[in-house]
Amino acid sequence: MEQKTALKKKVTAKVMSQTRIAPGIYDMWIASDLAAQAKPGQFIAVYPKDKSTLLPRPISICETDPDREALRIVYRVAGKGTEEFSNYREGDSIEIMGTLGNGFPMEKASGKTVLLMGGGIGIPPLVELAKELKEQEFAEQILITAGYRDGNLFLAEELSQYGAFYPATEDGSAGTKGNVMDAVAEQGLKPDVIFACGPMPMLRAIKGYASEAGIEAYISLEERMACGVGACLGCVCKTTKKDSHSHVNNARICTDGPVFEAKEVEI
Amino acid sequence: MKTAVTIAGVTFQNPVMTASGTFGSGMEYSEFVDLNKLGAVVTKGVANVPWPGNPTPRVAEVYGGMLNAIGLQNPGIDVFIRRDIPFLKQYDTKIIVNVCGKTVEDYLEVVEKLGDTDVDMLEINVSCPNVKEGAIAFGQKADCLYDITDQIKRHAKQPIIMKLSPNVTDITEMARAAEAAGSDAISLINTITGMKIDIYKRQFALANKTGGMSGPAIKPVAVRMVYQCANAVKIPIIGMGGIASAEDAIEFMMAGATAVSVGAMNFVNPYTTIEVAEGIEHFLEEQHIGDINDIIGCVK
Repeated sequence: MEQKTALKKKVTAKVMSQTRIAPGIYDMWIASDLAAQAKPGQFIAVYPKDKSTLLPRPISICETDPDREALRIVYRVAGKGTEEFSNYREGDSIEIMGTLGNGFPMEKASGKTVLLMGGGIGIPPLVELAKELKEQEFAEQILITAGYRDGNLFLAEELSQYGAFYPATEDGSAGTKGNVMDAVAEQGLKPDVIFACGPMPMLRAIKGYASEAGIEAYISLEERMACGVGACLGCVCKTTKKDSHSHVNNARICTDGPVFEAKEVEI
Repeated sequence: MKTAVTIAGVTFQNPVMTASGTFGSGMEYSEFVDLNKLGAVVTKGVANVPWPGNPTPRVAEVYGGMLNAIGLQNPGIDVFIRRDIPFLKQYDTKIIVNVCGKTVEDYLEVVEKLGDTDVDMLEINVSCPNVKEGAIAFGQKADCLYDITDQIKRHAKQPIIMKLSPNVTDITEMARAAEAAGSDAISLINTITGMKIDIYKRQFALANKTGGMSGPAIKPVAVRMVYQCANAVKIPIIGMGGIASAEDAIEFMMAGATAVSVGAMNFVNPYTTIEVAEGIEHFLEEQHIGDINDIIGCVK
């Protein structure tokens, strides 16, 4: 069989800029033509150059700018790999593979009040999602809530441009004191459909809330990954339906996800 | 320049293969790699029935490598025959199916079903837990290894490769047992059992507590074991363990491997297999070696 043209590829790209936008949170623009094919909720694999850290780091795409052939990641320094990335400067090379994963099913927001919910380092992918939802004008209303540890409300200004924005902070320094579910209650938000990304306890709470309120919810999951392309079966999650690969109710987060309908996953 | 190697009557266009479990059945990596250019695709382990595998986290990074405890999640032989073999048959490469099981009967069922298919060889994963024997791996006791090899050999229509575990005191004893029972070849090494602890969470990094270590950090151990086995048995050896470059592959071949497999490095660089195959050609050319077979076991 002849080799087909690849959609996923590993490339050496250039860092266009990098800034620290909150303690431990970095904002990097990367020059890559992968920007043209990226969909909100997809991610890239970033490979450390230090050969003691071999595996790629899955990092969600925060924003894309196809005209400049640029994509943006906003990530938290969580270990040796991300520590290395945080030291990259304009003009440095960066090894990336993409674009990976399925992305959010934006069409589900058509004619509806859509609520985007982000927690911590799950907030960045909401930027491109909110931007595209606003550009496409098919959602009835865009509501956004983001949960932070403290008053470092990274990406808040940008998100506010795309919809009604409700922050929540654990220490109560801004917005609702508490988490995104507290913000939903305090603000009386009544969504028809939810798109969410954040830590597992938050996603569990959203799954419970959505199920009780009869709201369609799509959540982006995270798990330790190795290959990032669906071959190693490292990053699975329990699903109610048979998965496409092994038919054992274990879907691959990297390829079947990372976005799943909340009622289809056991988390 | 000749790059083809032959194992048990099966000729591979080059010695570069994929290590089982790191390449699926080739489908996912076919977006990156032209499978037509590989010596063989060695598939992920397949059992008689679907296996769900272990809980997550299933993978963890360690210095210069990784640990995995996937638990052999697989769709079972029926789906595999319907879906994965026809996919691989589209390509001009050899197909080696890795077979796993919990009991001898499990293995035999898979081996017999594969007997009616057009695959080239079977690789038998004897690092799976032997449920009947209380989770002692088949590959860790020479008499158990002899017995399962003997039984599989009686049922297999294709040549078989016993894949050896490095988690033994003397790997040559296992190699000899496989050879004595009629195995056509051996492949080594499987992963080395390891453990990682997250000191801040006071938890194991893997839900399974232990996992198999792979990656460049294990290469010297693997080269040593290939060398030892090459001096202990006459059957061909497929060498693997941390191969990241053509130089690594050549090292294994000089130690005595007839062919080599790229494993964990597929995750690090999806183009590794092709780069290794091309690099081997360059090496032969540069060193004026007309036939790759001349380097196999050349270091005594």
